[in-house]
Amino acid sequence: MGWPTPAIDAHNRAFWTGGRDGRLLIACCGCCGAWTHPPVPRCPSCASERVEPAPVSGRAQVYSYTINRQRWTPELEVPYVIAIVELAEQHGLRLLTNIVGCAVEQVSIGMAVEVDFAQRGEVFVPVFRRAAT
Amino acid sequence: MSERFEQRCIISGIGQSEVGRRLTRDVLALTLDACHEAIADAGLAREDVDGVISWPGAVSRAEGLAPPGPGSSGPGTGAVIDALRLRTNWHYGGPESPGMFAAVIHACMAVACGLCRHVLVYRALNEATAWRAATERVSVDPDGVRGTMSWMLPYGAFSGPNWIGLWAMRHMHEFGTTREQLAAVALNARRNAQRNPKAVMQGELRIDDYLSSKMISDPLCLFDCDLAVDGATAVIVSTSEHAPDVPHGKPVHVEAVGSALQGRASWDQWADMTETAATGAGRHLWSRTDCTPGDVDVAGLYDGFSVLTLFWLEGLGFCDKGEGGPFVEGGSRIALDGELPLATGGGQLSAGRLHAFGHLHEVCLQLRGQASGRQVADAKVGLVSAGAGPLASCLLLRTA
Ligand SMILES: [Zn+2]
Repeated sequence: MGWPTPAIDAHNRAFWTGGRDGRLLIACCGCCGAWTHPPVPRCPSCASERVEPAPVSGRAQVYSYTINRQRWTPELEVPYVIAIVELAEQHGLRLLTNIVGCAVEQVSIGMAVEVDFAQRGEVFVPVFRRAAT
Repeated sequence: MSERFEQRCIISGIGQSEVGRRLTRDVLALTLDACHEAIADAGLAREDVDGVISWPGAVSRAEGLAPPGPGSSGPGTGAVIDALRLRTNWHYGGPESPGMFAAVIHACMAVACGLCRHVLVYRALNEATAWRAATERVSVDPDGVRGTMSWMLPYGAFSGPNWIGLWAMRHMHEFGTTREQLAAVALNARRNAQRNPKAVMQGELRIDDYLSSKMISDPLCLFDCDLAVDGATAVIVSTSEHAPDVPHGKPVHVEAVGSALQGRASWDQWADMTETAATGAGRHLWSRTDCTPGDVDVAGLYDGFSVLTLFWLEGLGFCDKGEGGPFVEGGSRIALDGELPLATGGGQLSAGRLHAFGHLHEVCLQLRGQASGRQVADAKVGLVSAGAGPLASCLLLRTA
């Protein structure tokens, strides 16, 4: 088994496939403007059904991270960085992701990162790399 | 304070199978060993048992917060009811609950509401055997991951060390928690394991061994992680009316439960990763009793990873938020003769992952004065906790 892929459904399709057009699409409420993740059919803030995927800047900061060094499946290439990043658009709007494109030791909490996409079949997995300064 | 439902309940009997990494008996046999022992210990016969509950039940794949791996579920309640030929008023097994002690809390509910008088509660695992046979440690649907795990597995966040590593790193960042402080938890567990013949790890563990061991998922190293074992634990939750009839004379009373979830039901969307669901569950527990943290004589805080002990210490108010590291540092405060003895039987870190039920069994032994070779003097109030991240449940227990 390599890296698992998500089962695509009506709610998560935008998130997992927006990368085809280079866009990170996050659920946003058309009524109150709140961003929410994971995407759900009603806004958790105001209960509106007008929740639609909308593009975000892709800018984020590392909230926490861990360096996985364990080969949980035989095919797994290690080490790699698993991180929680907070998107610039809203306090507390976070994704679990990977930090790619740098040595694992270079990642730190608070580091500025920007989105990139790793294609796996029809899925474009949003990952992050160190922001260009 | 008005009476709480759990205060109508006692743990009348306890049982535990052999525990090990290379046992010859299968997990149903181990489960039945533990169940028979608990029923007899409670002074009951099988026909007296009218309820059965287990966490997580027989699950092979789940979309929830507690995804099963090989050997992690044990036999379901149906298999146990049939093997013991029980006649029940209520039985239940399921993972969607606030952690492993949800099974005990469910049992208390069933007893307190009058549905049952004696509920058999068990937790069985055979991860040591199953992991030797398996090439993959996670079972993933080839058609794609669904549910909450679909936001984690595609990023290679396969296992507990990854998820808890994220929490540990943030705790270190905010509070300056050190690896030496985490080591104090692991070393304490090992010292206590050396006094428990059933603990799987008996060798000496030194700080240098800890610091030089391989990293699994930074900042968690090998000795921050608990050990897969085969083993089963069972307890009988009875109506307190049964207390005078308990043959060993030491019924353990349930003083309070904590089960509240005060955050998002998610591993990756938890707002403040310097605390876990332990904080909400801890607050809930203390709201249900006149006891305070200072009353606790012995505790079995969930230690699937060393850092979880810190989250539980802080969440239960044994120290302030962020002070878990200094609290355990050096190990004297949490030692057998310290102010709050922890993991007295070796915990999951050194006695094996019995998924919180090892702690429950051990703290019951302590409260009954039966923890031979490692008895905490005059232990009257005990606390046990279960869970990590968004999963948390805890029990305050006392002698008479
Ligand atoms: Zn809204």
